[in-house]
Amino acid sequence: MISSGSNTLSRWPTDRLLLWLLRGIATIAGAIVLLIMVFLVMEAGPALRHVGVARFFTDPSWHPAEGFYNLTPMLWGTLFAMVGSVLIATPLGILSAVFCRYYAPPAVARIYRKLIELLAGIPSVVYGFWGLVVLVPLIGAIHPPGPSLLTGIVIVAIMILPTIALMADASLTNVPQQYMRGAVALGLSRGATIRRVVFPAAKSGLFTGVILETGRAIGETMAILMVCGNVVQTPHSLFDPIRTLTANIALEMAYALGDHRAALFVSGLVLMAMIAALVAAADWISHGRIYG
Amino acid sequence: MRPSTPTPGTQSWFPLKERQTCCEPNPFIEVEQLSLHYGQKPAFHNVTLSINKGCITALVGPSGCGKTSFLTSLNRLTDIIPGCRLSGGIHLDGLDVLAPHTDVIRLRRRVGMIFQKPNPFPLSILKNLEFPLREHGLKDREQIAASIETVLRDVGLWDEVKDRMNSPALALSGGQQQRLCMARALVLSPEVLLMDEPCSALDPLSSGVVEDLIVGLRSRYTVLIVTHNLAQARRIADYAALFWVQNGAGQLIETGTAKQIFEEPRDPLTRAYVNGIRG
Amino acid sequence: MVKTLERNLDGWELLTSTLVWSAAVLVTAIFCWLLGDILWHGINHLSWTFLTAPPQNAGREGGIGPIIVSTVLILGVCLGVSLPIGVGTAILLAEFTMDDSLFGRLTRRSLDVLSGVPSIVFGLFGNAFFSKTLGLGFSILSGGLTLSCMVLPILIRSTEEGFRSVPTGYRLSATALGLSRTSTLVHLLLPAAVPGLLVGLVLGVGRAIAETAALMFTSGYVDRVPESLLDSGRALSIHIFDLSMNVPGGDAHAYASALVLVALLLAINGTASWLSEHWLHRKIVPI
Repeated sequence: MISSGSNTLSRWPTDRLLLWLLRGIATIAGAIVLLIMVFLVMEAGPALRHVGVARFFTDPSWHPAEGFYNLTPMLWGTLFAMVGSVLIATPLGILSAVFCRYYAPPAVARIYRKLIELLAGIPSVVYGFWGLVVLVPLIGAIHPPGPSLLTGIVIVAIMILPTIALMADASLTNVPQQYMRGAVALGLSRGATIRRVVFPAAKSGLFTGVILETGRAIGETMAILMVCGNVVQTPHSLFDPIRTLTANIALEMAYALGDHRAALFVSGLVLMAMIAALVAAADWISHGRIYG
Repeated sequence: MRPSTPTPGTQSWFPLKERQTCCEPNPFIEVEQLSLHYGQKPAFHNVTLSINKGCITALVGPSGCGKTSFLTSLNRLTDIIPGCRLSGGIHLDGLDVLAPHTDVIRLRRRVGMIFQKPNPFPLSILKNLEFPLREHGLKDREQIAASIETVLRDVGLWDEVKDRMNSPALALSGGQQQRLCMARALVLSPEVLLMDEPCSALDPLSSGVVEDLIVGLRSRYTVLIVTHNLAQARRIADYAALFWVQNGAGQLIETGTAKQIFEEPRDPLTRAYVNGIRG
Repeated sequence: MVKTLERNLDGWELLTSTLVWSAAVLVTAIFCWLLGDILWHGINHLSWTFLTAPPQNAGREGGIGPIIVSTVLILGVCLGVSLPIGVGTAILLAEFTMDDSLFGRLTRRSLDVLSGVPSIVFGLFGNAFFSKTLGLGFSILSGGLTLSCMVLPILIRSTEEGFRSVPTGYRLSATALGLSRTSTLVHLLLPAAVPGLLVGLVLGVGRAIAETAALMFTSGYVDRVPESLLDSGRALSIHIFDLSMNVPGGDAHAYASALVLVALLLAINGTASWLSEHWLHRKIVPI
């Protein structure tokens, strides 16, 4: 009796060596994520010990110089920026994909798709820079000051829009042709076909794309840092300047020491937790199919 | 009558009644109670068969009765298919093929395989043939060149490719590619050749050329050919074995000389199949 | 009755069409505005001197020569480390693991999680591990190693695709001929998988150059030409950040630097797109 599992290795000695070498390499690659978690926790340790988890949400404010480490205003900043940007980018992104696939003439669709792909490749620091020199004065003219939650929302929306559009485009492509043909045979109009037939079929792919980009919106640092004003406060209007968790880390890491530095690592852990929760929700809803 | 490539000294086509048996029956491969499972599904069950040396044995039967699986178990190609389980015994010239300590590399040098779809490597024609030789340790340039020329002559490709040995193998036609694959299998001087429907992916002309080649291999090699083309089996086989699906797994229904199977079958199923009533 | 129904339907159709076209026009307008703005303001300061001279007066004058050198060095370290690890892992996942093996699944999951980690967290990790624990301080090496962690998932995914697209017939024939897996890999599979590898490489480079947050606390801000890999160096993205946020009057050169960066990235992503369409016959999107 012989079974395949035990015999996939041949007798060549180089093969054995190769397999062990590759296993070693793959273990390194697989271990990086673990290493990251370990170091985050290690560096965050002092703050969790000296300051305690509760104080990260109950201290009077975020003022490391005086030993105050309340993350809540920045959490609100992150949340509002994320929700706002996703609310704007999702419909625009999906509509763009629908445009590309069902409404645009083929030549226009090709150019448009190329446009979106190029937009998706622009780095966040460039978006931030443009936001700083163009959008901030613009919004400042409508309602001072310029740097604000609104500016942040608009910039991040512009940033995640192309990727949502591309992922939506991919989902729409995966809708089987026979659904479309069936709808046309029934005499359904284009809009109705898209609403009633295509969207339900592409639902999970679209949803997954949106979730992944929401994760990216949470993690966005540079652009937000450059346009939001970086005042630690819970925003009460769209025009209030805010500071997100990510921007906070970027700003203070350069000079933070001791507990302050550890507290920044704690906010890093909070970020990871938020993203993990998001991805877990997406995974559960799409039944593990998000990674294709 | 079909035109055949003129190759001196080989029988190309004789009606079944007049064909001589190839040789004294001399069992070379003994298969006892062989069963193969893919995970839980059985591919074939309890096959007992004797393959005679130097003869062409055809495995016939409709698709899906385990003929190809049977073939791939003879050179332990099943090892690389996940979830495969083989039980029973295979002995090649006394060597226990299924023993865990058997040197599969040596086994695969003695048993060559040609697949249904021609798949020469994406290298030059020369490299396709040189690669296996070098891998198995042959280093002498002259010997390599001599071996390559011999096998290319054997498959009738030498004149067609001798001036473009460095051109890509994939640029050849389907029939030429399949003959190149045969040359590649032959270059290691195997004793047994396993062929899985070698002509089914080829056009009729190339198919005829390859078929003549196979006939020309008789007595120098032991050939086991899977085919669902009964007419082809009638033309070239010395021995035949019929596979059929029964009880959810492939079974060996009947085996014997080609004359017996095609003209005087004992089993009613065989009779029905070779007469085209079932299939 | 039918007539009003038709008119209603037409109304809905018109609305949907308008919505869709407006979205497309809006997006196109934003794109043109952004790129046009950068092109317009940046092109004036672009010149050969700009690309080669060192920055002066905190970057308001001079050029970005040393910055480009640092960027290239950081990229070099990043690729030098992530290529072997990435290709090795991809080979293992594609060729040597069963689809349902525990090791394979764990590795893949861990890489998927890795690709979702935000860049600022990589910055934290890089600072804690490479700069502090391994003692590399603010250096090209720190930055490059941190970036290689970020680029790894992209490289592996694409290279694995490349291997999976090689027809199984080759592997079967090679096994039937008794060839060693090492030879099969080196002579047959690797050359055939090169397109996937190249696409992954190009996408990885694109991601690495665009990175800012991860480099801020790992490779630092120094704007001289670095003397060794242990020296600190400023990448192009960091330079743009510094000029726009910390240097009053630095906008002009920030525009020019942004133009250089965007042009580079457009070229890189365009190459990846072209490569994947013509060689892999599949679209791999720079996400």
